[in-house]
Amino acid sequence: MASRYDRAITVFSPDGHLFQVEYAQEAVKKGSTVVGIRGTNIVVLGVEKKSVAKLQDERTVRKICALDDHVCMAFAGLTADARVIINRAQVECQSHKLTVEDSVTIEYITRFIATLKQKYTQSNGRRPFGISALIVGFDDDGIPRLYQTDPSGTYHAWKANAIGRSAKTVREFLEKNYSEDAVSNDSEAIKLAIRALLEVVQSGGKNIELAIIRRNQPLKAFTNPSLCGYLEVLRSLHRPIFSDFAIRRNT
Amino acid sequence: MRKNAGPLPSGRGFRFHFLPRGWPDRRCAGTMALLELCGARRGRRPGWAAPAVGGARSSDLGHYGFSARARELAFPRAVQPAEFSAPPGGDGERNVRIELAHGTTTLAFKFQHGVIVAVDSRATAGSYISTVGINKVIEINPYLLGTMSGCAADCQYWERLLAKECRLYYLRNGERISVSAASKLLANMVSQYRGLGLSMGSMICGWDKKGPGLYYVNEEGTRLSGHLFSTGSGNTYAYGVLDSGHRPDLSPEEAYDLGRRAVVYATHRDSYSGGVVNMYHMKEDGWVKVESTDVSDLLYQYQEASQ
Repeated sequence: MASRYDRAITVFSPDGHLFQVEYAQEAVKKGSTVVGIRGTNIVVLGVEKKSVAKLQDERTVRKICALDDHVCMAFAGLTADARVIINRAQVECQSHKLTVEDSVTIEYITRFIATLKQKYTQSNGRRPFGISALIVGFDDDGIPRLYQTDPSGTYHAWKANAIGRSAKTVREFLEKNYSEDAVSNDSEAIKLAIRALLEVVQSGGKNIELAIIRRNQPLKAFTNPSLCGYLEVLRSLHRPIFSDFAIRRNT
Repeated sequence: MRKNAGPLPSGRGFRFHFLPRGWPDRRCAGTMALLELCGARRGRRPGWAAPAVGGARSSDLGHYGFSARARELAFPRAVQPAEFSAPPGGDGERNVRIELAHGTTTLAFKFQHGVIVAVDSRATAGSYISTVGINKVIEINPYLLGTMSGCAADCQYWERLLAKECRLYYLRNGERISVSAASKLLANMVSQYRGLGLSMGSMICGWDKKGPGLYYVNEEGTRLSGHLFSTGSGNTYAYGVLDSGHRPDLSPEEAYDLGRRAVVYATHRDSYSGGVVNMYHMKEDGWVKVESTDVSDLLYQYQEASQ
């Protein structure tokens, strides 16, 4: 029955489903996990990096991207679709700055991305974008924000969320362990993100990439992070230890 | 597509109204896709091509461009618009001496308690006073005002369009538009028609998160932020009075008096300005209309006071 209603996505099925959108959400569930945490003074994005082939240059696989100085986004799902959305969002950030003489608010750029995704669920000949995105940043008023969008074009604000493979497990972990106190400290928020990812990441440390934004500071990315303090925490939790660490600043 | 309509006289000049160029893109995206599917030939003009994602026409997410990317009007192709729309008697080309002069005096200045806006109320067509009591200030919202000088039709149309965009901005984003953004929208809208014969000198005044704001925008797309502006045929007289009396630390009463005097003395010397002084005060919690006083009465008062 379902197969008769997923050719042209503009048609509803008899029971009110848009199957192409639901299939897109399945594609998202196949993507590697992303976790986002909104602290009091910091926002954190952590992604599980898929292992790359031996000869592949690791640096060309970027799951976390800056949309502007104060906003960044990570996605789960089809990388190529994400690239298109990120390009459009980056242009819109600058366009907004040019026309309104103010940086975008996180809610505005999320709404833009969500509207773009929705347009593709209502045009014939096009399929939905196969990504969910977590968008984080600080507004001009200094308030941290975390938003999630999905292929249907809806968006919601979250205190902490996960998308991609095993998102449910990570979300349950976050529900148990997230509290306003726990994330009032920057390093605690980062530790929470790492611990949440370690719930589902396969071989531990090497496959985690982290990005943080502190209030009034640019995006800082950690690939194979040197998290000296966090090492102690992780050792004490009997987790596999990280190795080959280096902080890499994002320009 | 419907045929071009004939000339429609409207007020000061003739304006041809055609379907806006963006029309096929915006309305027919679905039809375009169907035509593509059937292998129908694309139209002869680039404007007919189905827009690519986020294509140049940006018909997809038009409202994010604040309608500035889609033209509201269009001009006939074969005509030189500036030449066609230029008022007769311009370069002595023809022996016609009708002067469609656009007389007015408007002014606005910032001071410690906000922004004062003062305008006259005379509208002229040549040496004929067509309206004694026109309103040259458009109240966009309780925190934004726009003044008008130049061609009345142009000012009214574009500033009302600006008011629409400001309202839409508020509805979409949940907060009021900033003065800099509003003035930018107006400047962007008119600069698309640069060289096509618009005449508009406007000051956008308001109070937003960044404090009091004052911008001057004109038909060329000039947009300037400043503390003191005056536009119109009486502006030179107004500048004389303003420059000699303006200080940032004026009290509200002193500021009202300064604005009043500037307009009155400008109307005294400039024949294209007159009527009443309409004065507004932009405060932190919105604008108030201070007064609407006849300039002749004020002039006699000043003359009596100086005797």
